Amino acid sequence: MKAAPLRPAPYRVRRIKRELHGVTTLELVPAQGAVPAFEPGQFNMLYAFGVGEAAISISGDPAQADCLTHTVREMGAISTALAQAHPGTMLGVRGPFGTAWPTRAAEGLDVVLIAGGLGLAPLRPAILRLLAARPLYGRLILLYGARSPNELLYRHELEHWRQRLDVDIHVTVDYADAGWHGNVGVVPRLIPRLGLDAQNTLAMVCGPEVMMRFCGAALHDAGVAMDRIHLSMERNMKCALGLCGHCQFGADFICKTGAVMRYDQVAQRLRLREI
Amino acid sequence: MGEEYRLTLAGLQALLDALGARGYHILGPRLRDEAIIYDEVTKLADLPAGWTDRQEAGQYRMERRADNALFGYALGPQAWRRFLQPPRHTLWRARRADPAADDFDILPADTAPPKFAFLGVRACELHAISIQDRILRDNAYADASYTARRAEAFFIAVNCGMAGGTCFCASMGTGPTAQTGYDLALTELLDATRHEFLIRAGSARGAALLAILPHTPANEADRAQEAAILADTAQHMGRTLETNGLKERLQANLEDPHWDEIATRCLSCGNCTMVCPTCFCTTLEDHTNLAGTEAVREQRWDSCFTLDFSYIHGDSVRAGIAARYRHWLTHKLANWVDQFGEMGCVGCGRCLTWCPAAIDITAEAAAIGRATHDQEDQHGNA
Amino acid sequence: METLERIVLAHRFFAGFEAELGALVAGCARNLRFTPGQYLFHADEDVNQIYLIRHGVVALEIAPPGRAPVMFATEGEGDILGTSWLVPPYRWRFDARAVGLVRAIGLDAQCLRAKCEADHHLGYEMMKRFLPELSARLDQTRLQMLDVYGTAKP
Repeated sequence: MKAAPLRPAPYRVRRIKRELHGVTTLELVPAQGAVPAFEPGQFNMLYAFGVGEAAISISGDPAQADCLTHTVREMGAISTALAQAHPGTMLGVRGPFGTAWPTRAAEGLDVVLIAGGLGLAPLRPAILRLLAARPLYGRLILLYGARSPNELLYRHELEHWRQRLDVDIHVTVDYADAGWHGNVGVVPRLIPRLGLDAQNTLAMVCGPEVMMRFCGAALHDAGVAMDRIHLSMERNMKCALGLCGHCQFGADFICKTGAVMRYDQVAQRLRLREI
Repeated sequence: MGEEYRLTLAGLQALLDALGARGYHILGPRLRDEAIIYDEVTKLADLPAGWTDRQEAGQYRMERRADNALFGYALGPQAWRRFLQPPRHTLWRARRADPAADDFDILPADTAPPKFAFLGVRACELHAISIQDRILRDNAYADASYTARRAEAFFIAVNCGMAGGTCFCASMGTGPTAQTGYDLALTELLDATRHEFLIRAGSARGAALLAILPHTPANEADRAQEAAILADTAQHMGRTLETNGLKERLQANLEDPHWDEIATRCLSCGNCTMVCPTCFCTTLEDHTNLAGTEAVREQRWDSCFTLDFSYIHGDSVRAGIAARYRHWLTHKLANWVDQFGEMGCVGCGRCLTWCPAAIDITAEAAAIGRATHDQEDQHGNA
Repeated sequence: METLERIVLAHRFFAGFEAELGALVAGCARNLRFTPGQYLFHADEDVNQIYLIRHGVVALEIAPPGRAPVMFATEGEGDILGTSWLVPPYRWRFDARAVGLVRAIGLDAQCLRAKCEADHHLGYEMMKRFLPELSARLDQTRLQMLDVYGTAKP
């Protein structure tokens, strides 16, 4: 065991990008020392002076070592304070914490990445790692669902990825106007149409819990083994060290055995209310 | 267990004096606000001589004993937890030159741990501390404040001469006799002819302290008297909890309608979590001064019975009381086993006693899954 | 006719369909082609055809008065349109627009209803294919109603 890191390290906002209404991407550089290595799927606790700390997934490229990238949606006081930081603002950082997307275990397999809404942010480091080592993987498929076309995150990057031709990208929205040329409908509906080689497929799913539950079921119905389906779970996070008890999801502490968890481990609990 | 010795009342005072001389802040039972609480103790007169407690679900009364026993009660509302993991504790401070400044400095809080000696620790409480050790000290990350306070603390156990109406340590295998985790352990031997203690050391520092106290070797009669007292206590537990198969039964019945029935009685006040000696949940709070130049991060006890506890994205995951009670009970008696290899309950009975709705963990744990079993039985008989 | 039967049976919707029944269905079928922006049908029109989409995307829209039409679903290759062919009064409830070039097989609804009425085995086989489709759409609509990506409480 090691002493619990409860004191944040000072970081400075280097760059900000307004992604969507109320959604901002921050690039953070340490005030001293190096950026700690992280695995796709991990999160940091970000601290805004006097306001508090929130768990935010790392959304940057794991190969880029000079900064931490986080995409923050303004939800409460803390995330709003974080999202409204400007270049030069100092923030506190603890982390990285939590489990990783199984990018190594996915080598040699077809990979289905399914993102819903802002769930694309925690998947982005995994996508970038997979694309950087493209020959190691079979088919790469990205399904991305959002509320409407103007709520799509990382639009330019999606276009950029689409141009690669070695990744299938299917974007679907809940509703759209006539200007939209993509799919309209829910994400799980796309799964049976993918023609998956289920025996050789691994899935990484990140989005609202209900959406992940339906996607997990649809992937399983399509023949993907439950232990090859990975979801990113979320609960109230305070210490991120397994000490404060808040993030319990049944017998799991999300900060220790999550956020990325296997579907076979959580399927039973996803069905239960208020767990 | 170490060798047993006899310690007189004067010897007990000598123990307090010796601890004081070694810089220990001695905390022990005192009578205050019609309850036994743990507070500073320097002399025997501080102890609640001749008082006992009568406990039932939702009831706690101090009563006079027929004798002058110093430890003639079962348990007060407070657990020692409050000294090892204080209810409110500053982790660090941050400072910036002015409210518009981009930069700030984070300064550590004063971390010198106090040096406590705990007098009158019950077997169940020692066990509770060992449970908290696993979580706060021996986990992947160690809580530095807890670990330091814990390392400094000196434990004087007192074996239970009586069981309370809500006690069930015998069911949990945690009492009434202190087996481990103490520096010194006492058993109060009190009858018409004498008022003494049987004392044994459980650690090197306990033995070193015992060596300088006036003591005499215990004899067979002393040991027999102690055994009789402890056997009597074990036989008079106010409650029992069947732990066999309990974890599996609770985890298999998370949608039992009985959770909803409990919720009609539970006030979600969180009392049970405040008096529980194994509850460890905390929250982190941030405050600033009015000028906006100083910020402080505090760690504060939290309760899974609050709505805030499971707050996420503008809502609470456990919005209903049934879900919050289910979380608490299944954590204590089932999920804790998956997490830490043992149950998070030591049978102290405080959650029963201090529940304003007199909800009895032993009865509720026994009731969950019973309806399902009954139905299965009916099907089996049909 | 022989070719049309093969095309019908090749469609995902008729996967595993008995050959004789396929011939019956193909008797009601015809080839259709829609140019980008062309409407397959409009709300309140009679359902006189079921569409088996072979190529392209069809947008299903509802146009509230005074507002731009809202797309609430898209159907693509392998999908069908016209689950209400069996439900009186056989009327469309929305508009369907070809997003790009759309190729489809149209099954004459009246012809198919008559054949199903005459041959309950065919009718039952058709039901076994339409009902799951209806049920899946209902499930999807429910999930859509949850507005899972929304930040505001319902």
